[in-house]
Amino acid sequence: MHRFYEKSMQDTEKTEKGNHRGYYGEYGGRYVPEALIPPLTELEEAMARIMPSREYRERLHDLLVNYCGRPTPVTHCGNLSRELGFELYLKREDLLHTGAHKINNALGQALLAKMMGKTHVIAETGAGQHGVATATAAALFGLKCTVFMGAKDVERQQPNVQRMKLLGTQVVAVENGSCTLKDAINAALRYWTSHQGDTLYVFGTAAGPHPFPLLVRELQKVIGTEARAQMQERLGRLPDYVVACVGGGSNAIGMLYPFVDAEQVKLVGVEAGGTGEPGCANSAAINLGRPGVLHGEYTMLLQDADGQIEESSSVSAGLDYPGVGPEHVYLHSIGRVHYGIAYDAEALAAFRRLASAEGIIPALESSHALAWVFSHAAEIPAGSIVLVNLSGRGDKDLAHALQYIKL
Amino acid sequence: MYDMQETIRRANAAGRTAVIPFITAGFPEPESFWEKLAEIDACGVDIIEVGIPFSDPVADGPVIEECSRRALEAGVTLRRVLEGLRARRGQLRADIVLMGYTNPFLQYGLDRLGADAAEAGVCGLIVPDLPLEEAAPYREALQAHGLCLITLVAPNTSLERMQLYAQEARGYVYVVSLLGTTGSGAGAAETVAETMRRARRAFSLPLALGFGLCRPEKLTELPADARPDAAVIGTALLRHLQAGKPAAEFLGPWVEG
Repeated sequence: MHRFYEKSMQDTEKTEKGNHRGYYGEYGGRYVPEALIPPLTELEEAMARIMPSREYRERLHDLLVNYCGRPTPVTHCGNLSRELGFELYLKREDLLHTGAHKINNALGQALLAKMMGKTHVIAETGAGQHGVATATAAALFGLKCTVFMGAKDVERQQPNVQRMKLLGTQVVAVENGSCTLKDAINAALRYWTSHQGDTLYVFGTAAGPHPFPLLVRELQKVIGTEARAQMQERLGRLPDYVVACVGGGSNAIGMLYPFVDAEQVKLVGVEAGGTGEPGCANSAAINLGRPGVLHGEYTMLLQDADGQIEESSSVSAGLDYPGVGPEHVYLHSIGRVHYGIAYDAEALAAFRRLASAEGIIPALESSHALAWVFSHAAEIPAGSIVLVNLSGRGDKDLAHALQYIKL
Repeated sequence: MYDMQETIRRANAAGRTAVIPFITAGFPEPESFWEKLAEIDACGVDIIEVGIPFSDPVADGPVIEECSRRALEAGVTLRRVLEGLRARRGQLRADIVLMGYTNPFLQYGLDRLGADAAEAGVCGLIVPDLPLEEAAPYREALQAHGLCLITLVAPNTSLERMQLYAQEARGYVYVVSLLGTTGSGAGAAETVAETMRRARRAFSLPLALGFGLCRPEKLTELPADARPDAAVIGTALLRHLQAGKPAAEFLGPWVEG
């Protein structure tokens, strides 16, 4: 573990060549009101000053190991591998404290906030997972915490709202716009504008204005760095495929980024296609969107002809977002990562299949990555090694999933 | 193309602060908007900011966001606003600027936007989510058609950064009075004064103060050397109009100075 994480922190600068303004190819940037430039610059400077410091690295390392349970194991799915004809492995982020990869990022940013001398953290949340992770980190560090959540999501995700409250966080129900994740981000950005002195915005995914896509990737790439070393150590080789689901894209960039330079490894990001009916609402910005500007970045977006942002939709609340992180769009544009689609029904079937075959209940988000593997099984050569990022556990999704599947 | 700098200087030469009301396109309804615009223009204002609605207006408070949402529901688009302005070209005394977010302008196509906006008699654009580092392609596309991209600065914009903005600034400079969204109340007079003085050092263009101005006395509360050349009035005017009251009743005291 020490080794994996140390390496992860050392190669931070590797792809930042020519990336001074937070651009990945032509995507990214910092499209925010002028009043947000100083806090974003302050964050950027704090990243450069604090994150490489021994104190920050040691404290974060200790927390990831002794509080969160890193390194997470890689599990070989023996039963499914026999059915599929190739070897399926899962990177088990579902076993982390709070049940998903989100804690990697929330702890890292909250520690940064603490060391910057901030007393208050804010966050947006859709399904509530990032909100819970931030509330957890805030409780641990004694920071005041406010989480913005669309009013519709507050309604749909009551257990997570209660968890956040139990952790001492104030949950603000956002009644603007479509009352979902994108409106929660707007509300958090507005709040940050007027409270920037004592507050850090803990952004939940590898999207938003620079430096958030970079910061979140740096904190999440521990997933892929660990997995790469674990596969190498266990099998003496790298996997043939690495697959992760993509909403905003934080688990996917964390898993895929450390494999980008390993050219023989096929990398796949899986977007949520919604119901799959022609013209249905979906969350597949790379596959079905057009370039545009939202939440501070130039990226692929679901939008109408006039540039108004469209409402996204997915059975998985954590993938339900009309944009995507800029580095994914770049990796797509250079052809390094293939971005596929899995539909609601396929994800639900994968959810059920992993549970019954392997005794692991995956999050509906991660079920999209599994679904892509299952639906493309015929194209994957026999004997291949396929590594899927199991970004979270599915307990949170049971009630929702049971509306669609009969037991 | 009209120079808005001159428009503001003329008002100043007449002994008054130039008045720049804001109204969301399509407010209160897509058709009655044009009457409302003419009514505001007839009050003798100097420049009118026409808000182009966007689904995610991150710099705006609840009043303008609500107007924006209603306008979108009523089918207001940038194309329709430009067509409406072109049809009324020459009928308005005030200069017209469009205020809106990056994405609808970008999707329209920057070159086409410059050409169509110029043809509609628009003098410039204000784009609150387009800071210095991202502005160049937009500014160039507009300038090619004689339009300017208005610079926005905030209370936390340093003198050095204002000086960078000053190199390319045209028309006037929009000074945001507080760290917050539109309609969230005025900044503390001391902070506003400090921001205004810093902007005065950095820019030779006229300074327009906005965000949180609800009545003309707000300006006289500022020290003489920190008063703006123009005042932008948005939320307070929209609230007044929402209550069904005539524009002149609100704008009269502003225009009289």
